[in-house]
Amino acid sequence: MAGDSSKRRVQIKVKRFQPDQNAEPYWQTFSLDVEGTDRLLDALNQIKWTQDGSLTYRRSCAHGVCGSDAMRVNGRNRLACKLLMADLGARISVEPMLGFPVVRDLVVDMDPFFNKYEKVKPYLINDEPAPHTERRQSPEERARYDETTKCILCGACTGSCPSVWANAEWVGPASIVNAHRFIFDSRDRGAAERLNILSDRNGVWRCRTIFNCSEACPRGIHVTEAIEEVKRAIMYGGE
Amino acid sequence: MYRGQSGQWSWLLHRITGLGVLLFLLVHIVDITLIGFGPTIYNDAIVIFSTAIIRVISLALIASLLFHAFNGIRIILIDFWPAGYKYQQAMFYIVLAVTILLFIPTVFYIMAPVFGVCPQGSCANPAL
Repeated sequence: MAGDSSKRRVQIKVKRFQPDQNAEPYWQTFSLDVEGTDRLLDALNQIKWTQDGSLTYRRSCAHGVCGSDAMRVNGRNRLACKLLMADLGARISVEPMLGFPVVRDLVVDMDPFFNKYEKVKPYLINDEPAPHTERRQSPEERARYDETTKCILCGACTGSCPSVWANAEWVGPASIVNAHRFIFDSRDRGAAERLNILSDRNGVWRCRTIFNCSEACPRGIHVTEAIEEVKRAIMYGGE
Repeated sequence: MYRGQSGQWSWLLHRITGLGVLLFLLVHIVDITLIGFGPTIYNDAIVIFSTAIIRVISLALIASLLFHAFNGIRIILIDFWPAGYKYQQAMFYIVLAVTILLFIPTVFYIMAPVFGVCPQGSCANPAL
């Protein structure tokens, strides 16, 4: 068939774990034909729909916005829906992210991640009487925290961080990014409270500026920069 | 092993070289303590540092010290200089370059006596 000429065969090696059947995770390799314009998520779907229905992974929007399908691809945390097969070579390894308990195959337990996220109070804190219209903000004030509004809470940064692997209690990069988003928001009044939480021994200081998080972020957030800004806000005061 | 980039490797090297330097410090405390037991014991012990194997280990110590010192400056700049994070990778390569550049002459000074060459003062120990 004419359409098949653009297809090529790839080997996808998946680290699998079905807790009701396996004591230990194991590798399984699938061979399949893909097009260069397919994304890794399409390839995983193809495996699930035509080869092995038990393969388990999360996906929702499939357009890099919901943050469901973060996984470790060829050793690095990526969103499966944002990776083109054309960029991936013929042999691909897919694993669940490090630093999270594995629930099944590529699905990890995100509960500890969201508990730590909530710890930094990632919402607007302002007890002043609400104005008649909106709370005004200049473009410059809005730009101050623009970078960290992009977070989709996929966990790619947190799963790439050696400090997180070593210490499950540490808040991790994603929580600090979301604290940054409100600490530097001119409408917010909770900065001191959040900086206090983050100056704890499990706060920002466990960041060793390794930069894996910045490299892993599918939204291109300079995560380490955000963490450094929070560190300096704690040291020098101010927002 | 996670496939990190220069940031991850510099962090790992910083840890390993830090532990190496700490280990040397412990050995150094033991060797200088020996002088309390008299000059003969001290002199007999200190000769070990002139042997070829310990000279090679000394080279590892110097490489560790140089990398740890310069990478420490890199980390300070990332922490205190607001634009520092942008140059972290470039600074990593500068740290490696300066470490290697300063390491080369020390290789000559430390290893030369093993081959019978004595640059200024490096064969001070008559025991060799």
